Amino acid sequence: MEQQQQRSVSGSSLSPRSPSSQLHLSVSVTDPVKLGNGVQAYISYRVITKTNLPEYQGPEKIVIRRYSDFVWLRDRLFEKYKGIFIPPLPEKSAVEKFRFSAEFIEMRRQALDIFVNRIASHHELQQSEDLRTFLQADEEMMERLRSQETGIFKKKPADLMQIFKDVQSKVSDVVLGKEKPVEESSPEYEKLKNYVFELENHLSEAQKHAYRLVKRHRELGQSLSDFGKAAKLLGACEGNGLGKAFSELGAKSESLSVKLQKEAHQLLMSFEEPLKDYVRAVQSIKATIAERANAFKQQCELAETMKLKEINLDKLMLTRSDKVGEAELEYKELKAESEEATRRFETIVRLMNEEIVRFQEQKTLDMGIAFHEFAKGQARLANSIADAWRSLLPKLEACSSS
Amino acid sequence: MESLALDDSSSGPSLTSASSFTDRQSSGSQFNSILEPPSYAEAVFTSFDTSSSNGHRSPKLSSILDPCSHSDFLKMWVSDPQKEQELAPNSLVPGGTAYYTYLITTRTNMPEYGGPGSEFSVRRRFKDVVTLSDRLSESYRGFFVPVRPDKGTVDSQVMQMGQFVEQRKSALEKYLNKLASHPVIRKSEELRVFLVVKGKLPLAKSVDVASRMLDGAVRLPKQLMGEVSTDAREAWQPARGGRDLLRMLKELKQSVANDWGRVKPLLVEEDKEFLERKDWVVEFEHHLSSISQQAETLVKAQQDMGETIGELGLTFVKLTKFETEEAMFDSQRVRVADMKNVATAAVKASRLYRELNGQTVKHLDTLHEYLGVMLAANCAFSDRSSALLTVQTLLSDLASLQSRIEKLEAASSKIFGGDRSRMRKIEELKEAARVTEDAKSCAVREYERIKENNRDELERFDRERHNDFTDMLKGFVLNQAGYAEKMAAVWENLAEETNRYARNGS
Repeated sequence: MEQQQQRSVSGSSLSPRSPSSQLHLSVSVTDPVKLGNGVQAYISYRVITKTNLPEYQGPEKIVIRRYSDFVWLRDRLFEKYKGIFIPPLPEKSAVEKFRFSAEFIEMRRQALDIFVNRIASHHELQQSEDLRTFLQADEEMMERLRSQETGIFKKKPADLMQIFKDVQSKVSDVVLGKEKPVEESSPEYEKLKNYVFELENHLSEAQKHAYRLVKRHRELGQSLSDFGKAAKLLGACEGNGLGKAFSELGAKSESLSVKLQKEAHQLLMSFEEPLKDYVRAVQSIKATIAERANAFKQQCELAETMKLKEINLDKLMLTRSDKVGEAELEYKELKAESEEATRRFETIVRLMNEEIVRFQEQKTLDMGIAFHEFAKGQARLANSIADAWRSLLPKLEACSSS
Repeated sequence: MESLALDDSSSGPSLTSASSFTDRQSSGSQFNSILEPPSYAEAVFTSFDTSSSNGHRSPKLSSILDPCSHSDFLKMWVSDPQKEQELAPNSLVPGGTAYYTYLITTRTNMPEYGGPGSEFSVRRRFKDVVTLSDRLSESYRGFFVPVRPDKGTVDSQVMQMGQFVEQRKSALEKYLNKLASHPVIRKSEELRVFLVVKGKLPLAKSVDVASRMLDGAVRLPKQLMGEVSTDAREAWQPARGGRDLLRMLKELKQSVANDWGRVKPLLVEEDKEFLERKDWVVEFEHHLSSISQQAETLVKAQQDMGETIGELGLTFVKLTKFETEEAMFDSQRVRVADMKNVATAAVKASRLYRELNGQTVKHLDTLHEYLGVMLAANCAFSDRSSALLTVQTLLSDLASLQSRIEKLEAASSKIFGGDRSRMRKIEELKEAARVTEDAKSCAVREYERIKENNRDELERFDRERHNDFTDMLKGFVLNQAGYAEKMAAVWENLAEETNRYARNGS
């Protein structure tokens, strides 16, 4: 890291035990509330910032933010910090009906909380002025900034798509052996791009199966509940010992159904969501790849133009034209621009190399936690199931001996 | 232990549901390169319940002793389906319809079949089974005669012929063994003939509509005249098919009179206890049907769960492979190790679910089987009603004959010296009345016999149901518990392996 001030700021709200002498910044996104009516309705969140950093207004600040505010922040960071993998946001909801379901709201809140915390704990991003604005500005200010944003900084989705397509076709071109001249083609970078694109496919598949697994838990829970009800009815009809056994079986089935529904929710929040988050992170990398391609293209184009200008200048100097002065000025400007473009590109390259390392480490940790929670949840469920059924056995023994 | 050495012989019963599970062994090779092969202990999956066996229940009579050597032992296997051609009547035209025959092998110690260690085979087609079933229904009225497999047809969009034949084969085996486990029917001559006599099945089909129609048609004009005396033996047989058109009409008239007439029939079902039991049976069947349906849904949900966990595991195997090939950083290698552990656990869990479900199907199948028993019970109850109807009809006949005789006698007594034609008529009617009286006695005897059978069968039903359902519940619960414990061990192991990621204080 080449910064002069090396500030270690613990930016995670997960470690509130940081000593007060150390600089810290912790954020949490809480209390989703539905506001507005009908089509205009939306969810607002409380964003609580606790910090002792001098750049901030005070030790604690609470603001109200909505989803589009988070989008604003992400877009600003994406513009300013090219080369850094901006933490991903949860998707906009496509299905109207689902938008206000408790589960969706909780999933989104969790994802937004993680988003802000990742920014707060990133050594570069945490210094962003836009972050400070986001965490401290009042609602009117935010609304103004949000509406300014559209049209100036926002990349149209179509443009982004085109960039993705270019990068993707470059990948396949290399594979097919065709070389397009205006793209980077270092073997390491190619490898990285391939890795990123393939990784997204694998992770999407994993996330899809994880989501299906959540559904299966719900279905099994439902079927156990229905089975239990039917068993109880049969038990009432049977009467005597056997009838009681059926009733007990029915009761146990119903209680296990509840446990399965609980575990389904857990699975969704602690296993499926992290996988989805992983996919989003990879998509964010793809956006950075597109930016890098853009920067490279600019650098190349400027270099080309500069060369042409140089040739032209030499020609003019040879012919002792009176346009030499003008041409010299233009050439100097162009040279500066070209150097700037090169610098921008090289910054992106450098940052990406750092970011990749950080990304891999982050993901190993994130997935490790997700796997652990997954294992614990499944173990807990299996043990509940075993206990419930075992507890029935003495009654069944009594039944068969009668 | 009820399982016998014979149980494991070549054509053991195949569970139709189990064969529908996708076999994951084909993807085993993909796993093995990444995952360690399962340890031997894990590879041997045993059922948890104490009453193992492959889905057959030996007759409860012999459950204490080793059934193999018991003189009551009787068991059948169905195997080797073969396609045969039914020859067209005109042999100039090539081919006819094709049908399948099945080899039915019997092993028994029963003296009626030749004593201990008897074994023999016959080849039968499904039509023969239908004949057997119809004859048993006729001979064993009032009993809960096991219901035969459906005739069914093969819809080529639903399944292939091969699969149909396989399903039919195992359904036949189940059916024959159900017959063998019925304490009364197992001794039937019809069954013996079916199992023993090679070649064409020497049992007359019960419903031979053509000749019976002829029969009925021939007698009809005379019967319409009300003149011909019915053979007493015939009178109390159930009216069936074209055979006794007139009698069917009479009985129909009687049953309408029972329901709507102003006069109470001369004999009614009075057994209160029976009526209560019958109502209970109806309610029970209703509940049984719904739990059987839910059991099917449960099995499907368990199957889906196992499949999805397996697919998740497979995805992680692929991810592991991918990240291993592309690994550039140490953190990646750590993640690869973690993902491999997850994949292993998921694949193990998937196998456990598949095993569990195989056992669950086996146990909950009892519910489905008892739906068949309910069908048999309903037949037994309707045997009783139709026997009663026959008695009622004959009583009505008798009463009307009596009244005609009285009228004629009254009329002829007014004529001095008698009325020869009327006298003749009176004699005829008196003869008819005698025959009808005999028929009525037979019918009453038959009715009482059927009532007795109903009673015995209801008792047997209660006893066996209690045992069978208790076994089912125990087996089901034991399996669920056992496999849940195995799965808990797998997941606890994974939790251990990922323990370093545990949040502080969680």
